[in-house]
Amino acid sequence: MNPFTLEVLRASGEHIVLVVTAVVAAIAIGAPAAIALTRHARTRRWALGVVNVIQTIPSLALFGVLLPIPLIGGIGKRTAIIVLALYALLPIMRNMVVGILGIEASIRESALAMGMTRHQILWRVEIPLALPTILAGLRIAIVSTIGTATVAAAIGGGGLGTFIFRGIATADLTTVLAGAVPAAIMAIIADEVLEWAERHYSV
Amino acid sequence: MTAFVEFEQVAYHVDGRDVLRGIDLSLDPNETLVLLGRSGSGKTTLLKMVNGLLSPSSGEVRFENRRIAEWDPIRLRRRIGYVIQDGGLFPHLTVARNVGLVPELEAWPTQKIRARVDELLDAVGLEPGIYASRYPRQLSGGEKQRVGIARALAADPPLLLLDEPFAALDPVTRFDMQQHFLKLRKDFGKAALFVTHDLREALLLGSRIALLHQGRMEWVGERDQFLSATSPHARTFLRTLELESAP
Repeated sequence: MNPFTLEVLRASGEHIVLVVTAVVAAIAIGAPAAIALTRHARTRRWALGVVNVIQTIPSLALFGVLLPIPLIGGIGKRTAIIVLALYALLPIMRNMVVGILGIEASIRESALAMGMTRHQILWRVEIPLALPTILAGLRIAIVSTIGTATVAAAIGGGGLGTFIFRGIATADLTTVLAGAVPAAIMAIIADEVLEWAERHYSV
Repeated sequence: MTAFVEFEQVAYHVDGRDVLRGIDLSLDPNETLVLLGRSGSGKTTLLKMVNGLLSPSSGEVRFENRRIAEWDPIRLRRRIGYVIQDGGLFPHLTVARNVGLVPELEAWPTQKIRARVDELLDAVGLEPGIYASRYPRQLSGGEKQRVGIARALAADPPLLLLDEPFAALDPVTRFDMQQHFLKLRKDFGKAALFVTHDLREALLLGSRIALLHQGRMEWVGERDQFLSATSPHARTFLRTLELESAP
């Protein structure tokens, strides 16, 4: 294998690590937060508003803003992962909230009337019924994170963006494509797999 | 003798509106009491106070001689079967898992749950071999209600609450379900509170009838006496029968 191919593979691996870490972090924070928000209508409105606003900040600007901040900022992967996780939060949280709140009132009432605990209602009724919507959110989160993660190279986050930035700097289309094509393929595969899962779990 | 379910001076207000006022009512074991009334008369509200889905604004509701507020709501609800108009079946679970849910929550052994599910599906007239593995979306309206009733009976609760369970069915299916309910009542011997707006159904299924009108108890008594009731709203309901039997 020639050194260039090897380098692309290594960057792809790096890219996947960035995306997976960021999305897992977003789920770890977003899912419990979303469940809490389904039970508090007032908090829900402003919390989703805040997450919405984060989404509207251009990614390059958000990377720039975080750079000088101690602990969470600075050059490197950590800052990149934090920014990517912030972007992934909105689709994950919004879809989870919408999915759970969209369950018919009569179903929730039956669950309650049958003597299910809140915990049982959540795990046996709400999450399974909201699962297709939750997976749709996850799909949007992953596919868009794969794209946004290319920008992470601008702050030394590594990944496939490295090629894109290098290619732009040297006006070398081949190098740009070496970053862009694998990222696009990754996004398409993730999209297909999650779309299948979404269909599989829909009632 | 003390009553099985008892309402004492129950009132319920929401947004400054009286949904129920001064309700006194009791239910004996093995008795079917029909709560009859028009839409908005408060009959569903009254029903939901028994399993603690709603709490009275004032007055007391007791089940097995204990105030509802003193019950652990989870224990209380697992002792009471609940059937609603559209069945409220869980769309992501098969018929067998819907019916076996409360036994499953109560951690019955798998074999015992399976046997109980088959027994109940048989009892409501659904062949277990055909229906156990189906999903609610594959059932007709009448079949859904049968599953809903089987589910309510699953953990052998001494009391059933039924909220217009047959109201959305076509007349023939409804008649069939009513006959089935009578047979089930004979076989299983439960107390039941049955909400309906249909006098015909009330007369067919109730051992006693309680007529609610705008949150007040208008009339309570034996089924047969309802035909000679003199209260104005009872007369209104009776006129619906006359119209039906008119040539």
